[in-house]
Amino acid sequence: MTTKWFGAPVQRVEDDRLLRGHGRFTDDIGEGAAECCFVRSPHAHARITSIDVSAAREMPGVLVVYTAADLPFGAVDLPLLIPHPNLTHGRTQRCLASEVVRYAGEAVAFVVAENRYLAEDAAELVQVEYEPLPVVITPEVAAAAEHLVHEDVPGNVAAEMVQETGDVMAALARAPRRKKLRFRYERGASCPMEARAVWARWSAEERKLTVFDSTQSPTSIRGGLAVLFGLPESHVEVIAPDVGGGFGPKIMLFYPDELLVPYAAMQLGRPVKWTEDRQEHFTAVNQERAQVHEVEVGFDAEGNVLALNDDFIHDGGAYTPYGLILPIITAAQIPGPYRIPNYRVRFRDMYTNATPTSPYRGAGRPHACFVMERTLDAIASELELDRVEVRRRNLIQPDAFPYNLGVAWQDGNTVVYDSGDYPELLDRAVKMLGPRPEGDHVGMGIAVYVEGTGVGPYEGAHVQVLVSGKVMAATGIPSQGQAHATVWAQIVADELGVDVADVEISSGDTRRFPWGVGTFASRGAVTAGNAMHIAAGMVADKARRIAADHLEVDPADLELVDGRVRVKGSPDRGMPLGAVAVLSNPVRYAFGGGTEAATQFASRPRPGPRLHDGEQPGLEATGYYSPPGSTWASGCHAAFVRVDPQTFRLEILKYVVVHDCGRVINPLVLQGQIEGGVAQGIGGAFYERLAYDADGQLRNASFMEFLIPYATEIPPIEIDHIETPSPLNPLGVKGAGEAGVIPVGAVLGSAIAEALGVPITEMPLSPLKLFELSRQA
Amino acid sequence: MKVNGAEHPAPADPRRLLSDHLRHDLGLTGTHVGCEHGVCGCCTVLLDGAPIRSCLMLAVQAEGHEVTTVEGLARDDEALHPVQQAFHECHALQCGFCTPGFVMSVVGLLAQHSKPSAQEIDEGIAGNLCRCTGYASIRRAVDRAVELSKS
Repeated sequence: MTTKWFGAPVQRVEDDRLLRGHGRFTDDIGEGAAECCFVRSPHAHARITSIDVSAAREMPGVLVVYTAADLPFGAVDLPLLIPHPNLTHGRTQRCLASEVVRYAGEAVAFVVAENRYLAEDAAELVQVEYEPLPVVITPEVAAAAEHLVHEDVPGNVAAEMVQETGDVMAALARAPRRKKLRFRYERGASCPMEARAVWARWSAEERKLTVFDSTQSPTSIRGGLAVLFGLPESHVEVIAPDVGGGFGPKIMLFYPDELLVPYAAMQLGRPVKWTEDRQEHFTAVNQERAQVHEVEVGFDAEGNVLALNDDFIHDGGAYTPYGLILPIITAAQIPGPYRIPNYRVRFRDMYTNATPTSPYRGAGRPHACFVMERTLDAIASELELDRVEVRRRNLIQPDAFPYNLGVAWQDGNTVVYDSGDYPELLDRAVKMLGPRPEGDHVGMGIAVYVEGTGVGPYEGAHVQVLVSGKVMAATGIPSQGQAHATVWAQIVADELGVDVADVEISSGDTRRFPWGVGTFASRGAVTAGNAMHIAAGMVADKARRIAADHLEVDPADLELVDGRVRVKGSPDRGMPLGAVAVLSNPVRYAFGGGTEAATQFASRPRPGPRLHDGEQPGLEATGYYSPPGSTWASGCHAAFVRVDPQTFRLEILKYVVVHDCGRVINPLVLQGQIEGGVAQGIGGAFYERLAYDADGQLRNASFMEFLIPYATEIPPIEIDHIETPSPLNPLGVKGAGEAGVIPVGAVLGSAIAEALGVPITEMPLSPLKLFELSRQA
Repeated sequence: MKVNGAEHPAPADPRRLLSDHLRHDLGLTGTHVGCEHGVCGCCTVLLDGAPIRSCLMLAVQAEGHEVTTVEGLARDDEALHPVQQAFHECHALQCGFCTPGFVMSVVGLLAQHSKPSAQEIDEGIAGNLCRCTGYASIRRAVDRAVELSKS
């Protein structure tokens, strides 16, 4: 393959229509759709004693009002997406609650009306009576188990899992020094700028359901709807059109609306649309991050970690639709880039009366990184060693790969790091960070991390050269802003020797590519990217076979350059790719587009079938890539901060990132991923804390009080890259989507601790929290 | 009211938000709605040339005023407006949902300050939230838009 496009700073091909206001987000689709509004529980835990929808049903403009009793699937638990043997007490909610509500915001009734304004009016007429039950909020309260979230789940424990490598108790007993530490992370929210939306249309004539959904996994939605409604999958089309950011929670399925909107469209025989408002997004959409870690670490006088024992509880929320993935990732990622010869981790996944949890950009890793890095800081502090030096002494060395961590990974295998150079990351970051700025209340923070990316099971791609010479390529996974249409085009263009502008990408549309898994876990470039590479390579091979037959040369002597298949060394001998596409489909009738070249009398007579054995018509191919294991990206972030000792305002003086995601497809896209990730990490570390009260009410469910950083809060980020290609996939790439977020809490926590001389053991922080810590100190 | 240069009658429903009216009555879906409480800035349009939140205004309040949405900056057969072009060149958008609001804010900013300082840029875009870019590329785009506007 040539690499004309791969690695180049190609400008995005998706920008023009988005900049002109011609993007197509789900709520942009109208077509006379009826509109909807949920009635949601105001209580975090209550028994429903009655639901009266009669007044709402009678309101002019209301088309239908659903409660659980009105639905054929009203008594069915929603799917438990990822079962696990340790998930002994998995529970999922129903589409609409009818007996017990277990978090404020849980859906109870669904109103469909002529428009959104009327639907909201009617929702206010729905009378639901509740008998409040004791509320379990925070994982600590859940672990105390004075009250239960689910009557039949003892101790509020959904799952427990223990893993150990080496002999931790013996190693701790032998260790010259030991330290016990406690760390806490609170809930945050990903807050994509587009909240969720679903639009559906049912064609009774064709028995075809078409759904537009702001989901990260249209293929899974399609599969689920086909099962639910008893339709063949070919009669269900699910499209994730332009999606305004995802960051994890849009991979969750099924949110109740994803069943109710298609169902209503089928019942009413007209399109139906539901668009979430921001306030309901705060409680109806999955959250993440709350964990409490109890750590014991054993180390020697040089700061070498000898043993680490972490016992943590994870706040799963009211239900566990996403299984154990989050605590499994945390457990796997605590050791990070460090050699921990004896490691034991136990976690318990706790039910609480809060919105369920599932991955949010970082997905279990920011907490893991915070625990490990703050532990190393504590060792450095106790031994009065330099923090950088303690890290350097514990890093896994570049000759140690593949490095088997021996703990479970989210793909069902164990964690095996494929490649990396962690000391180089650390050295470069220290050098980039430079000298300490002058002044008081300045602190330095640094963190090294790894990130398991590119998780399976697989993705696929279909690539076709049209008779015009243009290339169409499609994959099942959707984009939420990651520039898939640009980077896939780069990969395909290199294989086919065409211009990026001649490659049109479709992503996340089951009509174009029906198979696949989804966009999550920094996996797109690895899975769909390699599938594109494989499919385009198959097309290139086919083009060489067909052109070789026509030109009467050996396929091995042909190359694909500048939109032509030509003989190496004789660039004038060849034919355009579009002409090869014509020849790939032997026709009887010339229907234009140069197809006369593929009719029966157009070429010399030849024996045998016109379509050679084993060949299929069309210059197209479908390829799949299924990774043998995750690719492990890595990086080091470092920062200088200043904290005002009076107002506790945080000023980030310098922030540097050295990042390794293997071979870089597009440095502009990668820079955007890192810069955006760090900004989200800064928000999550210092501004964005979901504030639940003891009654389970989210007290800051608006952008007025849940403070996402504006430009004024985000400093310039300096970025450098190293490339240790992944040996696991043909392109040598690793994922990069979450790298910006993961270590920010650890970096800022460390820096603020030094700046103020206060212990930082929890996230997120805030000026108020720092004020309290300073008063205690 | 005048929208992108064309006269339109007021909506029949007096409680219709300007944002909903633009999007769902006039089909100008480039104006996005991200929070409906005036914080995120996705719904920013120009009212008589100045950026406003179209989710905090009733459509009937725009009677007698001139509204410009992102669709009004450059016709489909025209080159991108310098601010749009700068956003493209500087990779200042990812998902594109907040983008029309940012573009309109920057158009408003540059109408007031033809060459804004770094601080004026930060303040000029500090009424808009972006969850994808981390703002660095948007700052670069404002600088680039200044250059493109001169030429």
